[in-house]
Amino acid sequence: MKYIEPHAHMVSRTTADYEAMALAGCKVISEPAFWAGYDRSSEQGFHDYFSLLTGFEPQRAAKFGIKHFTWMCINPKEAEDVGLANAVIDLIPEFLKRDNVLGIGEIGLNKNSRNELEVLERHIDLADQHDQLILVHTPHLEDKLKGTRLIIDALKNFSNITTDRVIIDHVEEHTVGMVKDAGFWAGMTLYPESKLTARRAIDILEKFGTDKIWMNSACDWGVSEPLATPKAARMMAQRGHSEEMLDKVFYQNPKEFMSQNSKFTI
Amino acid sequence: MKDDSPTIVNLVDLDFMDARARLLDLASFLDRVERAGQMDDYRVSALLEALPLLTNAGPDRAEKILLSLSDPTSEPIAEAHTKGAAGAWEANS
Ligand SMILES: [Zn+2]
Repeated sequence: MKYIEPHAHMVSRTTADYEAMALAGCKVISEPAFWAGYDRSSEQGFHDYFSLLTGFEPQRAAKFGIKHFTWMCINPKEAEDVGLANAVIDLIPEFLKRDNVLGIGEIGLNKNSRNELEVLERHIDLADQHDQLILVHTPHLEDKLKGTRLIIDALKNFSNITTDRVIIDHVEEHTVGMVKDAGFWAGMTLYPESKLTARRAIDILEKFGTDKIWMNSACDWGVSEPLATPKAARMMAQRGHSEEMLDKVFYQNPKEFMSQNSKFTI
Repeated sequence: MKDDSPTIVNLVDLDFMDARARLLDLASFLDRVERAGQMDDYRVSALLEALPLLTNAGPDRAEKILLSLSDPTSEPIAEAHTKGAAGAWEANS
């Protein structure tokens, strides 16, 4: 089965992971900018990271026949320092011109602090000014419910931002309803412990339908599984879903969302 | 209109053993924590408070359990002092 991995942090994965994903049918990877596991000491550290995401990483993916796209931002885990965040945001417009950049992401909240919210609003404004797609990270565990509400409110304050052009990722049973009701796209992340298992993600699809929703592995440097997405597809088939349905969820939906940026081609 | 519903499969056949194993893991976790005298941890209390939600009728047990483990407040916090999350909300954290 061919599929798209719409959220993966390949800078922290090996070439063996690329090979396994290619063998499983992966055609496209989309890689949002994220926290590297340590706080970068200056905006220059982000400049280097953005250069990696727009230069070397697509070359690494291409060796396995996979197209690589990416998203630019300073993630919420490093957004408590608003001065640094502003300096990083000032770097982003230059990178938005690169061939494999699809938009602003993954922005959002982590601990739901005032500074994180201020930096989130600056990113939404940047997306608005440059007419960019937005990929949103919602907080972890006990912080997710409150953070998702704050994020939806912040997005709604920008009247030019249309819900079709925003995906709110890492939804779970208690947040998917508010994201869908507000008209946004929803992303479901498959993790062994936190976020969703494949079983629960498929339950959500069966309850909420398969429009404007995708699944991803969000594999990174933590406990995560680069093949979580195709494994969920296999489980969906076991649960009686048709090949056509699998194609919609794992290929056509991410393609439809990302194709809103004309740089996205397969 | 196209019918999107899956073919009927026996979901109990498919997932009963997985659910059984997870239930035993949870029971064994509580036994272990009790043996170690760590039952007063707020995260353990949060799990115990969520347990009755399992036996309530209704199609939204998972959602209700997640809600019971969530921060119910609505105002942004003044400042983030940590990056991580614990999985249960501590009222005076
Ligand atoms: Zn991510």
